[in-house]
Amino acid sequence: MTELSMTGPSNRRFVSVKRRPKEDGRFISGSGRFVGDIKRPGMLHIALVTSPYPAARILSIETGAALALPGVVAILDGAALAAVSNPLANAVHTPGVRCYSLANEVVRYVGEWVVAVVAETRTLAEDAAELIEIDYEALPFVVDAEEALDPTAPPVHAAHGSNVLYHRTFTWGPVAEDFASQPNQLSFDLRWGRSAPIPVETFGVVAEWDAGAEILEVWASIQMPSYGEQISGALGIPFNQVRAHYDVDVGGSYGVKRGIKHTVLAGFLARKLGRAVRLVEDRLENMVGGDMHGPDREFRVAVAFDDQGLVRSMKLRVREDVGGHTGRAPFQLGKPVSAIVGAYQINSVEYEAIAVSTNKTGQTAVRGFGMSPTNVAIETAIDKVARQLGLSRLVVRQRNFIRADQFPYLIPSGSEYDSGDYHTVLGKAWDLAQLDRLLERRDAARRVGKIAGIGFATCLEPGGGNSAFEPLLNPKNETTTWPESCVIKVDRTGGITAIIATSTSGQGHETLAATIIGEELGIDPNLIRVLHSDTLSGMPGNTPVASRMAIMLGGAATGAAGIIRNKAIRIGAHNLSCVPDQVAYRDGVVFRLDDPSQQLTLGRIALIAHREFHNMPPGMAEPGLQAVHVLQVPKGGSLPTADGRVQMYPCYSFSAHIVYAEIDRLTGKVTLPDYVIAHDCGTVINPDIVRGMVIGGAAHGIGAALYEEFTYDDTGQLLSGSFVDYVMPSALEVPNIKLAEHCTPSPLTSHGQKGVGEGGYLGAPAAVTSAINDALSPFNLECLTLPMRASLLSDLLVDTETLR
Amino acid sequence: MSRKISLTVNGAALEAVVEPRLTLVDFLRDQAGLTGTHVGCEHGVCGACSVLFDGAPIRSCLMFAVQADGHAMTTVEGLRDEDGSLGVLQDSFWETHALQCGYCTPGMLIAAEGLLSSNPDPTDAEIREAIAGNLCRCTGYVQIVEAIRLAAARRRQQPVTPMGDQG
Repeated sequence: MTELSMTGPSNRRFVSVKRRPKEDGRFISGSGRFVGDIKRPGMLHIALVTSPYPAARILSIETGAALALPGVVAILDGAALAAVSNPLANAVHTPGVRCYSLANEVVRYVGEWVVAVVAETRTLAEDAAELIEIDYEALPFVVDAEEALDPTAPPVHAAHGSNVLYHRTFTWGPVAEDFASQPNQLSFDLRWGRSAPIPVETFGVVAEWDAGAEILEVWASIQMPSYGEQISGALGIPFNQVRAHYDVDVGGSYGVKRGIKHTVLAGFLARKLGRAVRLVEDRLENMVGGDMHGPDREFRVAVAFDDQGLVRSMKLRVREDVGGHTGRAPFQLGKPVSAIVGAYQINSVEYEAIAVSTNKTGQTAVRGFGMSPTNVAIETAIDKVARQLGLSRLVVRQRNFIRADQFPYLIPSGSEYDSGDYHTVLGKAWDLAQLDRLLERRDAARRVGKIAGIGFATCLEPGGGNSAFEPLLNPKNETTTWPESCVIKVDRTGGITAIIATSTSGQGHETLAATIIGEELGIDPNLIRVLHSDTLSGMPGNTPVASRMAIMLGGAATGAAGIIRNKAIRIGAHNLSCVPDQVAYRDGVVFRLDDPSQQLTLGRIALIAHREFHNMPPGMAEPGLQAVHVLQVPKGGSLPTADGRVQMYPCYSFSAHIVYAEIDRLTGKVTLPDYVIAHDCGTVINPDIVRGMVIGGAAHGIGAALYEEFTYDDTGQLLSGSFVDYVMPSALEVPNIKLAEHCTPSPLTSHGQKGVGEGGYLGAPAAVTSAINDALSPFNLECLTLPMRASLLSDLLVDTETLR
Repeated sequence: MSRKISLTVNGAALEAVVEPRLTLVDFLRDQAGLTGTHVGCEHGVCGACSVLFDGAPIRSCLMFAVQADGHAMTTVEGLRDEDGSLGVLQDSFWETHALQCGYCTPGMLIAAEGLLSSNPDPTDAEIREAIAGNLCRCTGYVQIVEAIRLAAARRRQQPVTPMGDQG
């Protein structure tokens, strides 16, 4: 049950008001506490020996020389680890896929970890790692995902029997009839290259076995639901013996900081050796063997539409290359189901989802959990409909949009969009971009021989989910809730401390909780402490995935604050010699409505609650002033239907991007001189945090659209394993993105808030793709291969020299 | 063979015995205890390990500690004002929320300090050029540019007075 706020838009004091985020102070002064800053007594260090082969059998491992090196404490290989641990968890039901922290018997990709060396220092561990000799027998391998689908292709996981990990075709609505009924159709293929929003901090973990308490202490750079559970499962120790500390600052995640295999390895060694063990990836280990690559997809898209451009039906085939380790990756085919029609009134959808293994680095969750690539496919389809009919791309969007008067709006795949006003938000983007002038600018640029284009894209951002893609893609999984919690303690001086059950990686959860509790209790948020629990001391939580914390932690904090307020009112009324109906709570004071001068402060009430039981009202048997609220996901609780319909997320944010691009004819280099985003995430909690999320997400999207790719050659070697080869946008590539805001409150949340962590990343690749293809359209050229790198565009444009 | 070095870090003289292969960033973090400087890529691209070296920003992952012998360094811990309050630049980063996870922030502050100490009134293009060697994966840079622009304006207005004393 979602608790509703006591305040509304007209009388809010802290929510939606510009306030300095609580967290920033420690980061600007260099006093953040990241995993690399954590030192434990006697701490040992791990270095890794990795596979040079995409597929090979491990014949022998010679460790004698390494072990003889002074300072080397232990050496562990995959066979030894597999003998005493369980395989890492798989998302979909694939019992033949058995992955461990270290390769067991065979290696499955270049960079896979084979041997761990533990030494007194990281330097010594690396010295020893160089002395280890491994004999391999090379095996057949497959790096191309389409080839991997062939039944005769070398199996990445032989025991699984094929490389197909997941394959299902969903049909929602009368697709065949809708296609037959429409006068127009078009189809196209689109490729999304393998990239990741690589954080500047690599993944790191420190594990220490406390033998006295029988607890595995874990400090990690982590953003991972079910982290403790998966570690305990792999190590075969009870869940309540794994304590992951959530008070470690995480140096960026954007979904990828999962670190299960890292933590299982460090945790195993810490228990075995009885000493603290640290594994902090170096950049090469991170890029090549860290299993943090993102979606790697081929789309086939078909749409059927009328002469006005109204899209009636869509068929989407998605082939996802998840690499050699699977983990949670196939679930990224599930989240797009939650907004499979984007912002449009598409009547029916066929969605064929295929996850395939290859001999490449493992895939993990990335910002948007698979939705950004799918949004490029949907938005490109809309652009193509407009182009085929000779209509404006904006007009076609407006005609297809779900209207503001149609919410809540049920989409064919079973999710109901909560609220929105897409026409108004697109209009705000249009105004901010000064579209008429932008079109003139493009046309003027074209007249002087420049290659210029304008891109449009919209996107839905589902937030606050209950992980319903888990049962959708794995019927053995019956997850129908994904709760979040907040604990509030008012000490006997009236001081307020909130405890949240998550780590944080830049989203500002301390600010979020303090702002909302401050709003609900009328207390300055700067006076409210917010602590991060650990996996054992905390109440249920599922980490800030899926743009969920404003919705879920915000709701939990509101609920807990409401309990505190109600307790204060009861105690206050009793001590003001009246009943609760005769008092009110405002700004940390309970006062009599008939005589406001008769009042008690929250501090006085807290002292009564903690120390003066004789002054407690009858019926209040619990001393102290504390509250816990565990929030169920709004509209959650249902399993998917047999045909795969389910309410996946409660809240749907929306944004519209407009971008102007120019392509250098000779080099193919793209510049984006103008970029605007209009967005609607309901009620904003902290304006500066929201702004940063939107712009930062768009910067990720620009990177994925134009620059970033983990490229493999035919021999399975990763060609872009360093920051020199894997190009990320700097301040010279990301333009001065301008924002316009709109607020359609969600009816499902405490303050009308929705999620905002992913929308920038969901919209930008589609918008940039749209701009590039608008620029190419005068030459009858097209680029639907992301990233659209300069070299690719330059090759495409080579013939245009003769067309000038 | 380990070697003795003498250097100045954030105004304090330090002496240490270091292995020749120890990088400057590892020295600052592990031996000098200054963990504000971060390790990002260890190959000189991301800029997270930036420190001022005799007043100019450098990558402390690309330099050995022994090369710092006899030189002066400033890390993020040294950017506070003399009275211990936040420096104008740091305060401006907070004012515009020029960060999210905070991991690249020390390096960004150093790059910005290097710029403003030589160019008190930079254009946005000059600001972007100056921080182009520092990757931030969170912010998209816009609020960082705003912070540096704000800090430059505040410093020109009150070149020596700490932030807290401004009306």
